[in-house]
Amino acid sequence: MAESKETLKAFQADVAAWMKEHVPADPGFLLPLSFLEVGTEQQLDFLRAWQHKVWEAGFLGMHWPTEYGGQGADPAYQGIVDREMARCNAPIMFNTIGLGWTGPLLLEMGTDAEKSKYLKHILSGDEIWCQGFSEPDHGSDLGAVQTKAVRDGDEYVINGSKIWTTLGNYADHMILLARTDPTAERKYDGLSFFLSPMKVAGVDAVPIRKVTGEYGFNQVFFTDTRIPADTLMVGEGKGWGVAMKTLEYERGVTAGQATGHWMVAIEIDDLINDLRGFERDGAPVFDDPAVRDEAVGLIMEAKALSLSARRMGVPALTSDFPMGLPLSSKYRGTEWSRRMKLFGAAMQGAQGSLYVEDPNAHRGGFWQRAYFSNFGATIGGGTSQVQANIIAEHVLGLPK
Amino acid sequence: MTSVLGNVSLKFSDEQSMLMDVARGFLNDKAPTDKIREFLESDQGYEPQLWEEIVNLGWTGIALPEMVGGAGLGISAVIPVAEAMGHALLGTPLIDTTLAGQLLLRAGGAEQEPLLQEIAEGRIATVAFLDGGDWGGANLALTMTTEGVLSGSKTFVGCGHEASLILVVGQCDNAPAIAVVDAADLKAGAISVNTLIDLTKRTAQIDFTGVAAKAVLTGEHVVAAIRDYRLLGALLTAAEAAGSAARCLAVIVDYLKTRKQFGKLIGSYQALKHPTVDIYCGVEDARSFCYHAASLLDADSLSHDAEIACRMAKVSAGQTMSYAGDRAVQFHGGIGFTWDCDSTLFIRRGQWSHQVFGDAIHHRKRLASLLLD
Repeated sequence: MAESKETLKAFQADVAAWMKEHVPADPGFLLPLSFLEVGTEQQLDFLRAWQHKVWEAGFLGMHWPTEYGGQGADPAYQGIVDREMARCNAPIMFNTIGLGWTGPLLLEMGTDAEKSKYLKHILSGDEIWCQGFSEPDHGSDLGAVQTKAVRDGDEYVINGSKIWTTLGNYADHMILLARTDPTAERKYDGLSFFLSPMKVAGVDAVPIRKVTGEYGFNQVFFTDTRIPADTLMVGEGKGWGVAMKTLEYERGVTAGQATGHWMVAIEIDDLINDLRGFERDGAPVFDDPAVRDEAVGLIMEAKALSLSARRMGVPALTSDFPMGLPLSSKYRGTEWSRRMKLFGAAMQGAQGSLYVEDPNAHRGGFWQRAYFSNFGATIGGGTSQVQANIIAEHVLGLPK
Repeated sequence: MTSVLGNVSLKFSDEQSMLMDVARGFLNDKAPTDKIREFLESDQGYEPQLWEEIVNLGWTGIALPEMVGGAGLGISAVIPVAEAMGHALLGTPLIDTTLAGQLLLRAGGAEQEPLLQEIAEGRIATVAFLDGGDWGGANLALTMTTEGVLSGSKTFVGCGHEASLILVVGQCDNAPAIAVVDAADLKAGAISVNTLIDLTKRTAQIDFTGVAAKAVLTGEHVVAAIRDYRLLGALLTAAEAAGSAARCLAVIVDYLKTRKQFGKLIGSYQALKHPTVDIYCGVEDARSFCYHAASLLDADSLSHDAEIACRMAKVSAGQTMSYAGDRAVQFHGGIGFTWDCDSTLFIRRGQWSHQVFGDAIHHRKRLASLLLD
């Protein structure tokens, strides 16, 4: 149902007023740039309380059904909330794997029982979700995962290991892709998808420190872990399809996320405005022709990304490659972002060699940390190189 | 605080959509590659009959007002047509004539309306702008007296060998001016045709010394019209290049899907796959910039946002086409190095599109001032 401009405008004013009053002040400790770097109890408690507060105020899951804790409204409302949160530099909604991927997945493919059991707690932040897809030996080649799930009465017994598990040490549930039939002719047909509990015996999450110095990732070990059989989603051997659907939400190809405010958005204006404070050759940095040219390139890329988003709404201008723009947006956006942040770090002269803990680091080493952190986006959810293969094969029709 | 991204609107009208369909269908039918190959050898670079059909379709009047016999759709409606022409690799006087129409429309007064009507009806027109090879220079070395007698020459005049109406940019009383010249008034031997890298294109060097112009246009709006001409020229070239790059991409993809080496289709190798994806992404960006720029154009002098958009379109499309042509030769291997392979047409188009109305460095330098100062 389309909403009138006046109604949306009034809602925006309400959200802006609420945010102004409730967005918490700087807590005095480092907050993560995205949900991928929640690494301390202090950060977790702070972010959980904030998400709960936003949900209670009725600003999270605006278009999820009311019976599952949502607001049953038009998706446009969540867009408004997300933009206001970004504008106010509000802390992120950290429970992203629940809010962004598992939630919409359950809404589309889940049973009523699964929806009732999980969705509301995802929104409230009471139950944290993590994702068990990648394995130490199988990152980009997801179809080859080896973690085993063997049926035993009313339970499955899990053995194996998952890696890069964001929030794994805090999570209550994991969306788990595991092999139930090692003999299946097609490796994909041997996979099943579980809504697996984490706070059970035989689950061990070991935090992994990242290139940024922060935590957030874990390696999760399953040792004869027994989980209820009814946590199996859709059916045995159907896991690959469910996982692919999950990746659509993860990659933003399909809408339905309870919020998009899961990272500190760093835009081209942040870069340009910030760099104006730096000097080269005793003059403002943007007096240097080489720097100017690099900046123009980054601005053009940012503009092209914005224009792509607009163009997706013009069927006559997308008919040559209908899936091209959606399937290339992660590749383009994350690679641009990496280069932009690198430029922010690189244009600081010697200052760029200081890191987060140094009291003299510019903005607490913001660009350096953001640059390193961005590799989470160019690697996670399918590396840029895999994304390029996907575009080549699914958009251009090149052979595998 | 305003964003450095500025205006990001993108509109596409029903008229643009219809023209896109018509142009693609017509050119698929009338200008297949074997025809284009035949045209390369001719003096004009196209068939006179084909030009007649283009005129009959009304393409020379798309951007001109209805009062002079045009369709009144504005220059933005020419973008899909220029893109389709680029896709077909068809060089005709359409872009030159369209730009001459815009320059005359924007610089001239009511007394130029009969000439605009002739342009709408298909009189081949062009603009003589370059003094030499520098797109960034003032290009005002040619002088004209207030009585309209010209002194000097121009080069790289598009369709200069066959244009019937030539708008000559120069100076009169130390101020920018435009002379309206009937090609019939040129002296014998005044035209010498250039040998171009792009075999589908035609330009000429023209000596105007001693020629009497039909009219001399001067004043503030002439300065603005020349600026607009340069930007619109960049945009139409960008649209054409975006079309050529899309066609080049299709040719590359087709080869990668059929050619086998070491027992495998070469399109399965990532060393070829990933650069092809880069070309694809470049084509998408170029199209986004072109249609974004088209959204910002009307009969008025180009706005700050429109200037940025035209320059970005030219940078994006020019770089993409030049890269696509370069890779087309390489990815076709030994056969790509031969004259008869279509990659030859694309690499040559790339070298043409890259420089006309200013190369990427030219526009990026100006974008830096527009965006950062």
